[in-house]
Amino acid sequence: MAAEVGQLSLRERISRRTQHGDAIFWGVALFFALVVVALVAAIGVVTFAGSSEARSLFGLRFLAGQEWNPVDTEVAPATFGAWPAVYGTLTTSLIAVLLAGPVGAFIGIFLSELCPQRLRAPLSFLVELLAAIPSVIYGLWGVAVFVPFYTQFIVAPVSATIGQAVPALGEPAASGGGIMGTGIVLALMILPTVASITRDVLQVVPNTQREVMLALGATRWEVIWGSVVPFARAGIIGGVMLGLGRALGETMAATMIIGNSTRLAPSLFDSGVTAASLVASELPNNNGPLHSSALIYIALVLFGITLLLNLSARLLVWQTARGPAGARA
Amino acid sequence: MSIRRAAPPNYAARKLVDRLMRGLTVVATGLAVAPLVVIIGYVLVKGGGSLNAPFFTQTYQAPVTMGDVGGTIDPNTGLPADFGAIDPNSGLPLENPALPAEEAPAAEPAPLGGVLHSIVGTLLITGLALLFALPIGLLTGVFLSEFPPNPLATFVRFCCDVLSGAPSIIVGVVAYVLVVQRAGSYSGVAGAIALTFLMVPTITRTTEEILKLVPNATREAALAMGAPLWYATFTVVLPAALSGIVTGVLLAFARGAGETAPLLLTVGGSNVLSFNLQDQMDALPLRTYYFTNSPFPAEYNQAWGTAFVLTAMVLLVNILVRVATRRRG
Repeated sequence: MAAEVGQLSLRERISRRTQHGDAIFWGVALFFALVVVALVAAIGVVTFAGSSEARSLFGLRFLAGQEWNPVDTEVAPATFGAWPAVYGTLTTSLIAVLLAGPVGAFIGIFLSELCPQRLRAPLSFLVELLAAIPSVIYGLWGVAVFVPFYTQFIVAPVSATIGQAVPALGEPAASGGGIMGTGIVLALMILPTVASITRDVLQVVPNTQREVMLALGATRWEVIWGSVVPFARAGIIGGVMLGLGRALGETMAATMIIGNSTRLAPSLFDSGVTAASLVASELPNNNGPLHSSALIYIALVLFGITLLLNLSARLLVWQTARGPAGARA
Repeated sequence: MSIRRAAPPNYAARKLVDRLMRGLTVVATGLAVAPLVVIIGYVLVKGGGSLNAPFFTQTYQAPVTMGDVGGTIDPNTGLPADFGAIDPNSGLPLENPALPAEEAPAAEPAPLGGVLHSIVGTLLITGLALLFALPIGLLTGVFLSEFPPNPLATFVRFCCDVLSGAPSIIVGVVAYVLVVQRAGSYSGVAGAIALTFLMVPTITRTTEEILKLVPNATREAALAMGAPLWYATFTVVLPAALSGIVTGVLLAFARGAGETAPLLLTVGGSNVLSFNLQDQMDALPLRTYYFTNSPFPAEYNQAWGTAFVLTAMVLLVNILVRVATRRRG
């Protein structure tokens, strides 16, 4: 109810005060979105700058260097060759993906195609609960329960029989989980990732795919294998790649199980290091700036690889509705 | 013509393959659920034994035996009772502060302390990280969902994916270089900053997805009443999405609480109860890791108890979130 001419009503006064609200709102939201970009940039910049000493000294042949010895002795200076870490990372992740890829895909197939409706949600929940367990718990369980079991029932018989002929499966010089044991535990850790992504991509396959095969008289497995899975093939591969990315970066379980030996050994049952476990175990008490620079160089390479991998995986797994509960891919 | 005579000649084989492969998918799912049960079972059983009142209310006490020192342990500091005592005659520190022979207690192991300092540390560090990550994640989620699509939004989403796929050790390295190396010491704040990197993508993604689920009619109703966009968002849209945002925050908390690798490089762990975030602190996953590597068998057993507390906390949050999400459908 405007009183005299020229006097603003309450509503008009509020409107004047808040008319710039939308611009401020946009600015604030933009600012925080840019903070996210800055976080990513910080990772890139810090790892790049922190590794400058090692990069200028070693260049790319750092990755092929066979010996990692951070301690200066009288006979030889400290040498930093990342190949033991690269080899350990590649082999553990490869074993993890070879085990978890097919198993995870089959779990996804079961959960989306074959599971009774009532069991679908509880079983999916249980599988995803595997992903919620902290990795240090996997490490503790691995060291205390899995490694003794695995050493007695897998390493001993295999290395005694096949290991005599195949050096990769031979007798380990050191006890402990080693590369193969770490790979198995890593497979367990990435299983929920592959399974839930496979389940999601299979659920969005249109029903016409299934109906066509059924109309031709296919068995249920033939429907799945013949038309549903090929339709979602890109998404399943994307899920496996995301699992691979997770395996590459896994630190604590690897540090606790792998045995932390930078000596290159022929047997897969023997101890080793991964890039992540090397950084985690040596960076807190490092022997000076060159050592820490070399470790940050390894971290930089690891970041680059997981970045590329996650990027291509995301491109393959197009927008599947994961829902808020599945935010932990 | 009977059905059997009309069946194609290889039908029996196809049926066998069908049954076999479908059985394999069930086996695969069992391969995921069984280890989950085994791991949680071991944590419950082995960890449950370590749980008692002192475990939750005391901090670390060194596991030394009485007989060696010949004195009593002060329960508040974990050190010998007459540590730092001064000889009244000479004014110099007593070299061997021991009780007279007839008063020397029997050699019995000092009672092991508890993990109160770890619980406090985890809550403080993760809480601070949440304080950092919440505005960033929330407003970035708002930016991505409430404003029209623009190239920056796509890039921000990509950055979120990069952050969510970044190995936790890399984030620890970044916080190590940025905070620990500059300050010259470990601190809880450095750990909180590291955890922020990991929590922001979870909160952002959850917020964005939940906001997208709010029906447009709600927004339109608010705007039709004359509310500016910022007012409509904060008073109508966000409250409608509140439960989803809370689940995202809880998931981020669970993720941050379980991470060890970033804390290994930034917080360092300690044996005393400290509420000072600028000082070295302890955290549950760190304590589990250190206890697992401990040479004292008594501490090794306590690793399971610490694992129990950590797993219970993380799993309870996850179960809570799933139950809440499922009911909302």
